[in-house]
Amino acid sequence: MNISAILHSKVFTKFTICAFFLTLGAFPVKVFSQEAKAEKFDAGKTAMEHIADKHEWHLFGEKVVVPLPIILYTDKGFEFFLSGSFNPEGAVYKGKYYNYSLVHDRVKVVDQAGKVDDAATKKVWDFSITQNIAGMWLSGLVLIFVFLSASSGYKKRGGKAPKGLQSFVEPIILFIRDDVARPNIGLKYERFMPLLLTVFFFILINNFFGMIPFFPGGYNLTGNIAVTFTLAFIIFLVINLNANKYYWKHIFSPNPWWLFPIMIPVEIVGIFSKPIALMIRLFANMLAGHIVIISLISLIFIFNTLWIAPVSVVFAVFIDVIEVLVVFLQAYVFTILSALFIGMAVEEHHEPHTEVI
Amino acid sequence: MTSQYGPMGAGLAAIGAGIGIGQIGGKAVEAIARQPEAISKIQTNMIIAAALVEGVALFAVVVALL
Repeated sequence: MNISAILHSKVFTKFTICAFFLTLGAFPVKVFSQEAKAEKFDAGKTAMEHIADKHEWHLFGEKVVVPLPIILYTDKGFEFFLSGSFNPEGAVYKGKYYNYSLVHDRVKVVDQAGKVDDAATKKVWDFSITQNIAGMWLSGLVLIFVFLSASSGYKKRGGKAPKGLQSFVEPIILFIRDDVARPNIGLKYERFMPLLLTVFFFILINNFFGMIPFFPGGYNLTGNIAVTFTLAFIIFLVINLNANKYYWKHIFSPNPWWLFPIMIPVEIVGIFSKPIALMIRLFANMLAGHIVIISLISLIFIFNTLWIAPVSVVFAVFIDVIEVLVVFLQAYVFTILSALFIGMAVEEHHEPHTEVI
Repeated sequence: MTSQYGPMGAGLAAIGAGIGIGQIGGKAVEAIARQPEAISKIQTNMIIAAALVEGVALFAVVVALL
């Protein structure tokens, strides 16, 4: 085999791409390790900082960041400025009404000397476009693009074979319809398809963007309890607003009357525990994945030697691959459990069980 | 943030979830071996059951660590 054949072989191309990304991955470590020498490395603190929401978006490494707008509602009016005003770290920004500074990625009101004024901080509402919100908008734009191009495909080539992005989303949509919605909800599944598809793709794409360590990703949206709470709250509303009389009868009139005092509280807890379980499951799964990966990378800095790096990189890649599975699985599990709970609420009782194909 | 016994509770929760999900996975594989044509139905039910077990375990971990 001569050299040009090797250069043009598929294996070589794949190898080069892999090598490129591996070297890319080495850079942040280098920047990181120089800082680690200055102060003692705290793995727990690093992990917590890594998973928390931030006011700036790191492109790669520690130095290249995108400043994000900060919107504050104070008792005197709105304030708008960019988070770049807080650079270098700990700098005080002079606003129209107060002076501000970032303390642990939270905007605090400070006096001239930089001391935090807690009483004034309580009066300020932070509506900033943080990293999570910017990331959510970005993923929303991606979703809009993907689905508009898919739907225009159906308009243009109605009844013909799908093409491009259309053929990427079509099997997934069919999967949600045939394997998630129809068996679990039953005959009325069509009303809930838009909700289930939105929830599935929203969770899926944000999980995926969370897996990318640099710019388009790097945020941790589905590992944020506020986001998963909102998703679960929507599901809670949908379940209870669509519930039929059999659902409520099941809750408020258990069969033997003397079970009332036990069963009614249990069933009422059951109404709330279903969406709470959805919320905690997604949140804790994504959070745990991020923490495990950052902890494995942190091993290098805990032992403070480069020789541990191969071990921790191999383990991190291994966990990363499992995480890709978890990303799909959690989006799927959230959707299928939502469908199951909605199906429990809308299902008609006492009629011959019809098997839906 | 957490008491020094918090991680121990998280570990205990992991033991429980490990036993539970192990049982689910093992039985599902047995069932698939017995009836390979029912694989998709068994898998769906397996994933739902595993998710429910995992949900309880994650409750415990979150309570233990936060």
